[in-house]
This record gives sequence, structure tokens and C-alpha cells, in this order.
Amino acid sequence: MELFTNQVLAGIATGAIYACMALAVVMIYQAIDHLNFAQGEMAMFSTFISWQLMQWGIPYWWAFLLTLVISFAGGIIIERLLFKPLAKAPILTNVAGFIALYGIINSFAGLIWDFTIKQYPTPFGSSPFLGSQLISTHQAGMIGVTVLLLIALYLFFQFTRIGLAMRAAAALPESARLVGINTSWMIALGWGMASAIGAIAGILIAPVVFLEPNMMLGVLLYGFAAAVLGGLTSPLGAVVGGFLVGIFENLAGTYIPGVGNELKLPIALALIITVLVFKPAGLLGRPIVKRV
Amino acid sequence: MSAAEEVVAEAPAVEAVPKRAMTLGLGTSLVVLAALVLAPLFVKNFIVFQLTQLLYLGLAVLALNILTGGSGQFSLGQSAFYAIGAYTSAILMEYAGMNYALTLPIAALICFAFGFLFGQPALRLSGVYLALATFALATAMPQLLKLGFFEHWTGGVQGLVVTKPDAPFGLPIGQDKWLYYFTLVITIGIYVASVNLLRSRSGRAFMAIRDNEIAASAMGINVALYKTLAFGVSAAITGVAGGLGAIAVQFVAPDSFTIVLAIQLFLGMVVGGVGWLPGSIVGSAFIIFVPNIAESISKGLSGAVFGVLLFIVIFLVPHGARQVAIVAQQMLGKLKN
Repeated sequence: MELFTNQVLAGIATGAIYACMALAVVMIYQAIDHLNFAQGEMAMFSTFISWQLMQWGIPYWWAFLLTLVISFAGGIIIERLLFKPLAKAPILTNVAGFIALYGIINSFAGLIWDFTIKQYPTPFGSSPFLGSQLISTHQAGMIGVTVLLLIALYLFFQFTRIGLAMRAAAALPESARLVGINTSWMIALGWGMASAIGAIAGILIAPVVFLEPNMMLGVLLYGFAAAVLGGLTSPLGAVVGGFLVGIFENLAGTYIPGVGNELKLPIALALIITVLVFKPAGLLGRPIVKRV
Repeated sequence: MSAAEEVVAEAPAVEAVPKRAMTLGLGTSLVVLAALVLAPLFVKNFIVFQLTQLLYLGLAVLALNILTGGSGQFSLGQSAFYAIGAYTSAILMEYAGMNYALTLPIAALICFAFGFLFGQPALRLSGVYLALATFALATAMPQLLKLGFFEHWTGGVQGLVVTKPDAPFGLPIGQDKWLYYFTLVITIGIYVASVNLLRSRSGRAFMAIRDNEIAASAMGINVALYKTLAFGVSAAITGVAGGLGAIAVQFVAPDSFTIVLAIQLFLGMVVGGVGWLPGSIVGSAFIIFVPNIAESISKGLSGAVFGVLLFIVIFLVPHGARQVAIVAQQMLGKLKN
């Protein structure tokens, strides 16, 4: 039983990261109806920026905040420069654009910081949390930060004018424009926020997976799985999906014989395909109706 | 959540291509063919190998082009089918002692089956969802190949070494050149077959589905059948390309078939022009030679150069090489007048 509780708690901790990643994916999906395949690389680059800031002697939390600001600005710049002109292009062109971005960011991170694995500090420490053997302080910190982020986002979208405007622009762009919302900037804002949320995910997972340019590929895939599981149209679903995928991953790795560490990624694949086949809209997503 | 249902007038994944523009004219085709036949006579063995690579990767890009340009579905998971084809050929040659040429149809059949089966769940997906599912397939493939369960056959992480075939009937040409001509014949055969496929009744059904799925089904086209069929055919051709690749490289290992390969094939298609079959060779040249040039400028820069060039392509010539070809043709026409 202790093994079970342990695995579930560890699952919740990594699930928190997947939830962040899924949330970032859903933010952009809501805004422009495309999956951002470069989301993981953007998060990785942000994490490297925070690492670099700390190397320059800036304390952890200041580096953290500064990275969020830089990532936010970076997300907006990427949207304005590269994806705004592609807004009317076919899906295929957009996918190609995301893949190109993926290549560029990955390559530049390798060029600037090279491909060696780096240690990344944790502000929470790695001792057992509150004396219990079940969960480490870093894992507890991961869950804590994610929950804070979720509350902040909920308040933002529910109770601020700009949050409301963003929701309107995502739901019904035409009508939103008619009531005077600048939908184009709402999309850019969505990119900025997604980029910042991704940065949080990257910074939190970096002490676990270590810092290197390819660190986010697996995390991104789980993030996708989480977003699809919860429904690409539902931010709440993305979060629920994130935690479910985290727990599922750990339990499958522990209890299904022959799965182990190496098969965890194919499990994300199986999960994505199964959900898409039986419930394409995801657990909490809205069903999509096509019109000719 | 909310009871509201999202209504989407789905945009097509690919812009429609005028039918006339799908192939080269007869004259141009003959010139290209002559160049491909004569080229190896004048160059070194290493370049012959690269030309072979150009052909079989071109075949894999062509396969994706049939799927995307033809039926409007796209795949970031072609590397998985490529791997299955490569491993089928390698295993049959090394363990069953089968002739290399005979392994290719078998690889095609097995890949067709896999593609058809993968097409089943893919039926329910479109646009980003399909990209996602195939992306996941490509990411999972190397892991599956490394599994201890298959290790006896696949050689696990180490992979398998494949013997290079000699020219048959004692023909007086070297192994590399023979392999090049062998690949060339297969490539041309598949190219001609693909052109005919897209011009046939089935091909028109593919394109109708690409342009408007609902309208196509209203016309009586069995959408499910043709979509899975497109996946199957595409996978089969990719499998042949994989088999040829395994024979040419003489080695298969899980890490040769990562998501990077799938992305390269996808980029090759975009650069060559979606739906323009001759563009496949242009795209293939792009993915083989650009990384080399980029690496020679700076190590580790190839991803960035790739990405930047790709952005240039989608901003300036969104229809890829096809657009360049059309512009060139028009300029030639003006010169004549």
C-alpha cells in the first residue's frame, strides 16, 4: 500500500508539470486553433534563461520572475513576427511553422549552452516533505506552485476585464471584434501567457530531468496527452488531464509487468489515441460540430 | 462543461492544387530521367551513394505527398512506417537469407497493413488531432524497437547489419552503382504508378475528400475506405523506401528512425510543394544537402538553418518548389515570345 500511495503522490507531482504544459498548449490552441509543437522547446529555452540568470548571480526567485517576464515578451514577439502573418494559411503551413520554430530554438539552445547535461537547483530542497517518506519537498513545491498558478489564472479569467476579453476573443472572434475587443492582441497575449506558463513548467521539472536542450520532448508529449485527455477546448480539462496522465504513467510503470521506464512514452501514445478514438472532444471538452 | 456545441466550418488542411500542375511535362520528364540515368557515370562512389539516398528519401516524401496532397490527411509519423519497412527488409535478409529485391514487396505489404490499421483510428481525427497522433507514433517508435521482447529479431539498441548486394548476372558495375540503378528503377516505377493512382477514380476520390469531406461523402464516396486506403498506400511506399534505405545504408538501428526523420520527410514535402509529385525529389535534396551545408558553417547549426529556410519557404513560396517551377516556366514562355 505504501508503494501505491508513493506512486500516486509522485504521479501527482509530475502530473502538475504536465498540467502546466497542457495548460500552455490549450492557451494557444484556444487562441489560434493550432497545437504548438514548439511549446516544449520554448519552455526549455526559458529554463535555460533562468539558469543563465542564476549563473550571473541573481537569486532564484528573482531569476524566476525575470524569466517569466522575458518568456512573456518572447511569446508575444514570436506571435507578432512569425504566426500572425500565417493566421489565414492552411493548417499544414502552420504545422510546418511550428516545426521550424522547434528546430530553430533547439539548435540555438544547443549552440549557446551546448548539449551537456546541467544540474538545476531547486528552491525547495529534496529532503522528505514534513518528515514523511512519501513525497519530497521539491515534489510538494511543484504541486504548490501549480495550484497557485491555477488559482491565479482562474481569478484572471473570471474576474478581470482583460481575462473576459480574452475568453470572448477565443470563443467568438467575430462577435468579440464587433464589441470592440482587439482580438489580434488578445491572441498575442495568449501566446505570451502560454510561454510564461511553459517557463514555469520547465523551471519546475528541470531539477528532475536535468537541464539540456532535449529535456522537454517527453514532457511535451505528456502535456499533449493531458490536453487531449481533458479536452483541447477546456483549460480545466487540461489540468485534470495533466494530473490523470501523471498518475496513470506512474501506476502503469509500477504495476503493469514489462512496462518499466522505457515504455512510458508509448503509453502516452496509447492514451492519446484511445481518447481520440472514443471521445474526440476529451473528458471536459466541447463536442465539435462540422458545418459545410 | 457547457452545453454549447462548437460549430466549425472546417478549413481544408491543404490548399487545392490545379490538376494540370501535378506532374512535369513530357519533355521535362525525359530530361530529368536522362540526367538521373547518366549522373552516376561521372561521379565518385560517395556521390553515387548520396544520389541513391536522394532517390529513396524522395520516395518516402512522395508517399507522404500522396497522403497529404492527395487525401488531405497529414502525418508526422512516417518515420514509423519507414522503420517497419527497413526492419522487415533487414530481418528477412539476415535471418531468412532472402534476396534483397524480394524483401521489398513484403515490406510494402506489411507496411500497408500497419498503415491501414493506423488509418482506422486516424479516421476519426482530422487536422491537429491527426498531426498529434502521428507525432506520438513517431516518438514512440524507437522505444518500441528497443524493447527486450523483440530484441532477438531487431538486435535491440545495437541494430542489425545488412550485407550489401552485388550486381546480378556478373554485370560489370560496382555495388554502389548497381544499387543506384536498382533504386532508380523502383523509384520510377512507383512514381509512374502514383501519378496514375492520383489520376484514377480512387485518386479523384482522395482529392474530393481533401477538398471537402462532407461534400465528398454526399456524392457517394466511401470516405472511411478511401482515407484508410490513402494511409495504407502511403505506408506501403514508405515501407519500400525504408527497405531500400536499409539495403543502401547496410544498417538499421532504432535511433535512425526518430521523430527527426519524420520531420525531415514532412519538411521535404512542404519544400517540394504539397501535391506536386516531382517536388518530392526537390524536397529530398533539401533534407539531404541543407544539413550538410549548415554543418559545414557551424556544428549544431543545422536545426536553425533548417528552420529559418523553412520559414522563408512558407512565407515567400508557400507552394514550395512547384511555385518556383511555375514561375520559371512563365519566364521561359516570355523569353520565347
